[in-house]
Amino acid sequence: MLLSAENMTGGYGGMDILKSCSVGVERGEIAVIVGPNGAGKSTAMKAVLGMLDLREGAVTLDGKDITKLSPQDRIAAGMAFVPQTSNVFTGMSVRENLEMGAFLRTDDFSVTMDEIFELFPILSEKQDQLAGELSGGQRQQVAVGRALMTRPNVLLLDEPTAGVSPIVMDELFDRILEIRNKGVAVLMVEQNARQALDIADRGYVLVTGENRFTDTGQALLDNPEVRRSFLGG
Amino acid sequence: MEILNAIVLFTNFVVVPALSYGSQLALGALGITLIYGILRFANFAHGDTMAFGTMIVILLTWLLQSWGISFGPLPTALLALPFAVVATAAMVLVTDRLVYAHYRRIRAPFITMTMASIGVTLVLNGVVRFIIGTDDRTFFDGERFIMKAREFKTWSGLNEGLAIKSSQALTVGVAFILVVVLFWFLNRTRTGKSMRAFSDNEDLALLSGISPRKVVAVTWIIAGGLAAIAGTLYGLDKSFGPFTYFQLVLPMFAAAIVGGVGNPLGAIVGGFVVAFSEVMLTYAYKKFATYLVPPEWAPDGLLQLLGTDYKFAVSFFILVIVLLVRPTGILRGKVI
Repeated sequence: MLLSAENMTGGYGGMDILKSCSVGVERGEIAVIVGPNGAGKSTAMKAVLGMLDLREGAVTLDGKDITKLSPQDRIAAGMAFVPQTSNVFTGMSVRENLEMGAFLRTDDFSVTMDEIFELFPILSEKQDQLAGELSGGQRQQVAVGRALMTRPNVLLLDEPTAGVSPIVMDELFDRILEIRNKGVAVLMVEQNARQALDIADRGYVLVTGENRFTDTGQALLDNPEVRRSFLGG
Repeated sequence: MEILNAIVLFTNFVVVPALSYGSQLALGALGITLIYGILRFANFAHGDTMAFGTMIVILLTWLLQSWGISFGPLPTALLALPFAVVATAAMVLVTDRLVYAHYRRIRAPFITMTMASIGVTLVLNGVVRFIIGTDDRTFFDGERFIMKAREFKTWSGLNEGLAIKSSQALTVGVAFILVVVLFWFLNRTRTGKSMRAFSDNEDLALLSGISPRKVVAVTWIIAGGLAAIAGTLYGLDKSFGPFTYFQLVLPMFAAAIVGGVGNPLGAIVGGFVVAFSEVMLTYAYKKFATYLVPPEWAPDGLLQLLGTDYKFAVSFFILVIVLLVRPTGILRGKVI
């Protein structure tokens, strides 16, 4: 797999939140991590990004072991991360947000910016407006756009649809599918499990920091036990 | 005619001095607000940083004067200023390495960093007094006025004169240029934008690959440089005294907070609000009123709202009102 995190064990302080948890995603795939509150979904994603010290386990990107790299170095290595909250520079314009996303790039990034404006046409319209003045859904688009500016191989999304309306959620999922179709590996944590699994090539159901079910998105949706326990029937 | 006299009088004693004082405060407040926004603490050592920079300027001015070098009609201090900017920037960078870097590493809370800056200010103040002494010093040389009161009177035929000191014109001019350059830097350059991003959302800035070390260093260099310049302009306009500069921290903080702390534009607005309030509340309006009302209504008292000794109370008062009514400041900054 392009990104694979195997047997991650660790947590904050003394307690292990993740217990031998494994997630991964292949190029041109969407992998979704779902599970009840407190299952360690976001923690698993933070561990993949390097924001959590692992006691055991390894993270590899494109065959290279990146377990020891800092989050900044992992981003330079081709990962991008969209946090769940405070994921835009509110006091900066949409265009400046994208420019900051490309901070590490020394080449001309105008082509990438045009691609993002093509993917999210509303951002092109509002490029001189402050990101803090945009609606929730538009902000999420800025956040995803900022992350895409480094042309990552892997895009990590932490609950991209938290707090947006169902219509905006559908729209965002459509955009995420488009991103996948361009060959990016997308790994996301989602609260809206049913809709997320619907677009997922790969799904992980986590419970108390452990893998409970791992399968294709469709198979998980069809699994009666998963439906009963995690999807509300 | 009477109205014109009143306007000239007011301009001469209120508008011109407040404009130049406001510019000095604005430059100081800009440094405070940048440190607050990016390094995330209230730097009480800013007044003594100004004193340090001004001290270097004075020492170099004496040296240049002893060599017989002058800057024609302009003060010799301007020749010394670039060196003082470099020296002050170096001094704050060393201070950061010795003191603040440690607290950043252990992720110390806001108040710890702020308290550390009080320690820094006491040390700096001691160093400055040790080197240059505690006396008040004037170090202005060159042409004193660009417009003298008497010349204005003969030219206009009015009773009241309008004098503009070259130090005042210099202050406003230099402040204007610096502000334009600073805003260009913050809004147009890659480094400037990365500083704004870092101030806006530190975690996301780190995720975007912005180097915190570089941002911190550039912020110190700018704040230190601005402090040296603001201190020198203040000293040219009035005089230099280590304790006076220490006390300047109050109106400068008031300016930064009133304008909206963390917001550079706010620091400038705040600087002028504080300066105009101080000057307007401590000015005696007797003569001004006499021009405007019929002679029999002429006031007996001075019509001065506050003695000049209380000018610092004005800063405090504005500070309290703003924090009560609009804690984010006039232009929206961060809530303290």
